[in-house]
Amino acid sequence: MSGDTARPGAPAVETRGLGVTLGGRQVLADVTLSAAPGQWLAVIGPNGAGKSTLLRAVAGLIPRQGEVLVNGAAVEGLRPRRRARLVAYAPQTPALPPDMTVYDYALLGRTPYISYLGSESARDREVTRSVLDRLDLDGFAARPLGHLSGGERQRVVLARALVQQAPVLLLDEPTTALDLGHQQQVLELVDRLRLADRLTVVTTLHDLSLAGQYADALVLLAEGRAVAAGPPGRVLAEPLLTEHFGARVRVEPGADGRPVVHLVRPPLPAPISAVEEG
Amino acid sequence: MTAPGRPRRALLVVSVVLLVSLIAGLAVGAAVISPRAIALALLDRLPLVSLHSGLQPNEEGIVFQLRVPRVLLAAVVGGLLALAGAGYQGVFRNPLADPYLLGAAAGAGLTVTLVVVFLGGDAGVAAVPVAAFAGAVGGVALAYALGRTAGRAGGTATLVLAGVAVTSFLTAIQTFVQQLKVDELQRIYSWILGDVGGGWEQLRMIAPYAVVSTVVMLLHGRLLDVLSVGDEEAVSLGLHATRVRFAVLLAASLATASAVAVSGLIAFVGIVVPHVVRRLAGWSYRVVLPLSFLGGAAFLVLADTVARTVLAPAELPIGVVTAFVGAPFFVAVLRMTRRVET
Repeated sequence: MSGDTARPGAPAVETRGLGVTLGGRQVLADVTLSAAPGQWLAVIGPNGAGKSTLLRAVAGLIPRQGEVLVNGAAVEGLRPRRRARLVAYAPQTPALPPDMTVYDYALLGRTPYISYLGSESARDREVTRSVLDRLDLDGFAARPLGHLSGGERQRVVLARALVQQAPVLLLDEPTTALDLGHQQQVLELVDRLRLADRLTVVTTLHDLSLAGQYADALVLLAEGRAVAAGPPGRVLAEPLLTEHFGARVRVEPGADGRPVVHLVRPPLPAPISAVEEG
Repeated sequence: MTAPGRPRRALLVVSVVLLVSLIAGLAVGAAVISPRAIALALLDRLPLVSLHSGLQPNEEGIVFQLRVPRVLLAAVVGGLLALAGAGYQGVFRNPLADPYLLGAAAGAGLTVTLVVVFLGGDAGVAAVPVAAFAGAVGGVALAYALGRTAGRAGGTATLVLAGVAVTSFLTAIQTFVQQLKVDELQRIYSWILGDVGGGWEQLRMIAPYAVVSTVVMLLHGRLLDVLSVGDEEAVSLGLHATRVRFAVLLAASLATASAVAVSGLIAFVGIVVPHVVRRLAGWSYRVVLPLSFLGGAAFLVLADTVARTVLAPAELPIGVVTAFVGAPFFVAVLRMTRRVET
């Protein structure tokens, strides 16, 4: 599954000096990171730091400078279908045609395995059905995407990415617009799948405590640069967060020893006086 | 795809409607001829079938020399326009996209007007299909180029807006040329409002373009389905999104040009038919494209039948009939789209 270009011992995903310029603005500069096979890497950072851009650049969706390597081989020269068998990507707000059924949507994940003018094989359908089974979506197969709840939708998008059978999974804010319970369900599901299939997962996560709880390693982006990287305990440090998020926080070890980030209210400023009628 | 029954039922419905409209188109006109006799006469022409239709010789002449080519031309033009509309809708992921929105029809209209006005006569007539294709491709290419340079952030919406700008610009030039040559106006207007009275000669003229564009578009059904989840995801799935769009765009423009070359400007077929087909058969372009062709054929044959009977013996331009049905329909689709978006 990892492709014939795999180099043993190489990181599953690696970027070297990755830079992205969008509309004349340098959005990412000189980002170097790596994720070992089977690792969960979370990209954190304030709004506009370039988290989503980083994922899109790794997925090969936007022009970039620098190198992106998957299993030690540069993706630059790969044909798009070949690359899509190595890296699956789920955007923050995926386009879900409301009339398309769950099964047909998941089946799109087989696109990298179908020739330009070909059509799906029995194997493609089989893979799709087994992934839907695994995610408890088999009962939803014939349901239109427009009739799904937020949590179901997220699971369907995940199913499409898994149907791609790529060893690297890029998920842009997989918990956006989900309530607490569903956030937890989706992340637990991703973690179980990661462990079962030895997937390498790279997510952006705006919730720092969630990032600290689920990821093996974090990369903190600020203004397009990787300003810190390492295990959660090292990256989720009060001075770093204060500096780059402009927030007052307190970091405490949670029950499992992983850091939990709390917001702390600043001391009360002078009250804003009501406008007096003159 | 999960429920194959729906597309199959839709195919049945569309086929029956097409068959009925073809027979109606052959039977109805200045002289009304028994549909049963026509059906028998048609079957009689098949190899190994021998039937007595009971048609009079003069009726036989009306049916086979006048009406068959006319009905066939209407069917082909309607099929091409509906197919082009569905293709453009897939490329731009916009249910309102059609040959008239993207500069294709306006481009063809302008070049054909130029040819009719400045070449005139037989040379002008002979140059019409070539001019129409060049104009259609030129119009879309202009819109495409404009959309790309202006649309760093946009994509789909920018392209459609660029197409609208191109359409307005080309139509303005066309109007200017028309005013310049007021004496030629009558000739241009009868062509602009649409006409499928051309017969076998015109059918032969556009057949190769019609076949190529239809085949190319039908082959791209699955790829348009992938494109429906958005460019970025399609690319992440390993699809050459730009290449797919370009291929379908060219094929749809060729289909538009073929239709415009023999029938002038007939609006709304490209919006009405794919929309009704989607209602019947679901979202997949693998089903929507072929059924749009059949549905478009039926729609235009019926429109032509109405056009030559309501004011008989005078004929109404067919574009008037399609606009009469299509414009209110357009507004309805627009309202529906708005409701989904907000």
